Amino acid sequence: MGMTMTQKILAAHAGLDKVQAGQLILADLDLVLGNDITSPVAIKEFGKLNKDSVFDRNKVTMVMDHFAPNKDIKAAEQCKMCRDFCNDKEITHFYDVGKMGIEHALLPEKGLVTAGNAVIGADSHTCTYGALGAFSTGVGSTDMACGMAIGKAWFKVPSAIKFELKGCLRPYVSGKDVILHIIGKIGVDGALYRSMEFTGEGLASLTMADRLCIANMAIEAGAKNGIFEVDDITLDYIKEHGAAEPVIYKADEDAEYDEVITIDLANIEPTVSFPHLPENAKTFDEIGDIKIDQVVIGSCTNGRLEDLVAAADIMRGHKCAENVRVIVIPATQQIYLDAMEMGLLKTFIECGAVVSTPTCGPCLGGYMGILAAGERAVTTTNRNFVGRMGHVESEVYLASPATAAASALTGKITSPWEVMSI
Amino acid sequence: MKYTGNIIKYGDNVDTDVIIPARYLNTSDHKELASHCMEDIDKTFVSRVQQGDIITAGQNFGCGSSREHAPIAIKASGISLVIAKSFARIFYRNAINIGLAIVECPEAAEGISEGDRVEADLDNGIIRDLTTGKEYKTEPFPDFVQKIIENGGLMQSIANGII
Repeated sequence: MGMTMTQKILAAHAGLDKVQAGQLILADLDLVLGNDITSPVAIKEFGKLNKDSVFDRNKVTMVMDHFAPNKDIKAAEQCKMCRDFCNDKEITHFYDVGKMGIEHALLPEKGLVTAGNAVIGADSHTCTYGALGAFSTGVGSTDMACGMAIGKAWFKVPSAIKFELKGCLRPYVSGKDVILHIIGKIGVDGALYRSMEFTGEGLASLTMADRLCIANMAIEAGAKNGIFEVDDITLDYIKEHGAAEPVIYKADEDAEYDEVITIDLANIEPTVSFPHLPENAKTFDEIGDIKIDQVVIGSCTNGRLEDLVAAADIMRGHKCAENVRVIVIPATQQIYLDAMEMGLLKTFIECGAVVSTPTCGPCLGGYMGILAAGERAVTTTNRNFVGRMGHVESEVYLASPATAAASALTGKITSPWEVMSI
Repeated sequence: MKYTGNIIKYGDNVDTDVIIPARYLNTSDHKELASHCMEDIDKTFVSRVQQGDIITAGQNFGCGSSREHAPIAIKASGISLVIAKSFARIFYRNAINIGLAIVECPEAAEGISEGDRVEADLDNGIIRDLTTGKEYKTEPFPDFVQKIIENGGLMQSIANGII
């Protein structure tokens, strides 16, 4: 029996010729990530080992993005703890305010991940880097501490669901609609403990931004990781961002899958996930008039330049609806700068939106856009759990940047096809 | 290991945002985290939980974020064991790594009621509902995971040279 892409990467990193689903392995890591919320717990755990240094100071990275720029004194203390640790251990890739961005947009942009890598991050959306053909998964702080200490992590080798993509997305439909559609189809535990492996001729029509968004939300289906077959689009991205030489793992012809799901991209429509689970995915034939109070365009899921371009194309020359607060958050400093030079920030501000420095802020109900009781938001983020963006009686509707932008103009949940007359 | 306690029961897809809302993640103090445990799904949890109590839940317990603060808050609130139909994978490994006892047993999670007194003998794979007298069988952990638990968590396993 052959191996999947994920299984091949894990075998190579465990020094084994072959692994099979269910096998427990200890794998070498190419990168260990933490943020300002998860790293402090990991630093305390690391301290228990009395080690002077991390396993490799070039393979540990910390990004101050969740509650930074510091939202309060406690957040400031947490960032300080990370800063002091990284200084003390001479960590090369420490990203503080001014250099930081939202971690899962930042690391690929900085070229810290390449195809064939094995990466863990103490953040559930670490699965994002599967878009680059890496094995990449979210873990907790103790796993991060272990990774920092010995450069290894234990894994149960996952079985897989294969997603065979075909066709081509229609205008104003993006990777976000694809992944919301998939989660709606298989459920929030539809891929529990398994890998989601994306392949097929449809890949050719998906940009890296689309792929990063799809892989990012694999965790919302319960998956261990999402991974894309490497093609020229991946290789161009890796080269452009100066990442290490890629190692390409293709699934064996006779690899075993629990399930094979074919997705015709041409059939995907603008999709919205209703409260309070990402699996409550609906298309606009099922969506009536739903008034909204806030729109958020940003996050590790959809704060990339392509996302801002998609939103600005719809908002350009228009005004946000009365009584709707629109918050745009470019995911990294580079994206912020590019958006400024392209005139996108002007478009957003003239439309009536605010533009924030990079932060995870509102996505997890931290700050920069918290909802009051009874309020509704359309957001390009990744979770719509009870209380996720604020009060337990507030509601979060997950959507693409195009749908969020269209909704910002009308003040209700609106398809980009409606405002662009498609 | 044996655990005995009264049951606090929840449904499917209990996510880490309701176990410990992100607005409290500006601290990693165990007691402070425990004081907000389950706040957004069950405001009575903190006042009624007793040392040794056992949580039962449905599918996909602990889904969502990777925050280790979630199993830490549960453990620090006095919960001795979580029995669920299934666990989200990051929560599952976090619980093992920090030494919060967990076990997957769909039959027990379904059959045991809120308030029942339960004894779980995980070494022998038996969960007994002392209130109803019903018994449920569980699968033991794989050896590798059992070793981490026996060594008191992941960091202690490294310190002991197991990993």
